[in-house]
Amino acid sequence: MTSSSVRRHRATGLVVLLAALVATGVGYAAVTDSAQAAAPTATQTQVDHGRQLFLEGCATCHGMGAQGTSEGPGLIGVGAAAVDFQVSTGRMPLATPAQQAPRKTPIYTPDEVAALAAYVATLGPGPAIPSDSELNTSDADLATGGTLFRTNCAQCHNFAGHGGALSDGRYAPSLMNATPREMFEAMLTGPQNMPNFPNTTLGVQQKQDIIKYIQHLQTASSPGGLALGSYGPVTEGVATWTLGLGLLLLAAVWIGAKVR
Amino acid sequence: MSDHGTDLATTEHNEQPEFPLPPHHKRLTDTDPRAAKAAEMQVAIMFGLSAVLTIAFVVVYFAFPPNQYVDLGPFGVTQTSNLLLGITFGLAVLLIGLGAIQWAKKLMADEEITDERHPVGSPQEDRDAAAAAFQTGVDESGFVERKIVRRTLIGALALFPIPLVILLKDMGPPPGDSLDHTIWTKGSRIVVDVTGKPIKPQDLEIGTLVSASPEDLDKVQEIEGNQNARAKASIILVRMRPDEIKSQQAPQGQTWDYEGILAFSKICTHVGCPIALYQQRTHALLCPCHQSTFDLSDSGKVVFGPAAREMPQLPITIDSDGYLVAQSDFQQPVGPSFWERS
Repeated sequence: MTSSSVRRHRATGLVVLLAALVATGVGYAAVTDSAQAAAPTATQTQVDHGRQLFLEGCATCHGMGAQGTSEGPGLIGVGAAAVDFQVSTGRMPLATPAQQAPRKTPIYTPDEVAALAAYVATLGPGPAIPSDSELNTSDADLATGGTLFRTNCAQCHNFAGHGGALSDGRYAPSLMNATPREMFEAMLTGPQNMPNFPNTTLGVQQKQDIIKYIQHLQTASSPGGLALGSYGPVTEGVATWTLGLGLLLLAAVWIGAKVR
Repeated sequence: MSDHGTDLATTEHNEQPEFPLPPHHKRLTDTDPRAAKAAEMQVAIMFGLSAVLTIAFVVVYFAFPPNQYVDLGPFGVTQTSNLLLGITFGLAVLLIGLGAIQWAKKLMADEEITDERHPVGSPQEDRDAAAAAFQTGVDESGFVERKIVRRTLIGALALFPIPLVILLKDMGPPPGDSLDHTIWTKGSRIVVDVTGKPIKPQDLEIGTLVSASPEDLDKVQEIEGNQNARAKASIILVRMRPDEIKSQQAPQGQTWDYEGILAFSKICTHVGCPIALYQQRTHALLCPCHQSTFDLSDSGKVVFGPAAREMPQLPITIDSDGYLVAQSDFQQPVGPSFWERS
């Protein structure tokens, strides 16, 4: 029985070694999981799916390795947030080459967008898709958001967030349909000609303040009646002059008309 | 004109007067008493309705508090009081006017008549009398003979406007050289506008835009807060790849950027609008007021629009703690041009 006891001893050693390995592995995995819990973790299948979608739908302009071509910029290091913003709002893929990619019905499903974002995120470090806690505006300050909006956003997107013209047919889009996630991603990544406002200069708290203010603009009623797109004195002047002068002309015609 | 017309009317060649009146057509209200009565009623209703609306205006004024709103569907939400006050007052005025015009058109006599024109000038005898009266005044006052009176009067009247000119000085002290300087000095820390956070170069990515101001702006005390200092010292920071910078305003041998971070005045050189419409791909800075466009990658030069001068660049560097600071004040006045600008 000695030999069997020796064998048992050896087997025990193996079991202990295996158990230790498994414990370390599981423990490490658990630690890594909790470390990455803030951002949704991409699975390898997702990345592979994203890579496949990228090669089919994006590589023509952005290059096989996303290094960029004469038709489109490189995507190495733009991060998942940029992909999520551009593709989920339908701006990418482009329908036609133009000064600016307009918002349109998205072509990819949310799962496919996530796969594309996961793939592009593997190409180089870049801003991640904001987490739910980053998008939570319950503690945000509306008044500060208004000041920050007027300092940083209103110059292009208009005081009421209705957008405005830029040069050569480019424009700052209206923010009336933008979701908090899209706003956060746009500030973070600076899509197209928009400059970026990284968390280092415009912190997460400030972004939440701004988002709260834009949400207020989206739902606020216009106490002055017809807002006319909130474009300011030009539309209001045109409306007043057209309507007012039209009525005056009609009155002049009536006054001058011959009575039967 | 009238003489000429009469001549023409009496010549053999033209039996008609120069401006023949069209034949007069009687209106329905002239021939049908019932129509006249109806028109009379219309006018009376308009005037009566106007009176009712004026009273309604007073009622509305007291009945509706200013903080009450009404939803007009596609026309948006508006203040009930304002809306009703406008409608009642506007219609009250309008109905008086409409009634008056209806009255004139339907009921007042509308026979066409011609009215002869007369020469505009006064008759010669009136002119002569006026000239004689003036001459009598000149003679009796002795304005010509009494030279000393005349000359002192002219002298007094000539000097009289001087106080009015002197009072213009009260419009404020001359600006002196205050338009040539801002509160930026060597070593002023650049902070994010609104939050006041100091900035390190690594805080800016390629394509970042920051609206910024000097750290000690809050310490400035002027008559109205620090609006003047703020208006002159406001800047934007942008970052581009160093190889994208074609030129800078720095003299030969100096660099005014810090590793691709450029600082420019935020005040348009045309008429001084705050300007931060920065297109990060084209490096164009647009002014929303009159579409002046500056190329920030090329010394901030004007590429479009009415601005006459480049956007002034602020020389920047980092201090010993690694924060972005100004190298000096702007090297040229910021904002719109002015007369004394050298």
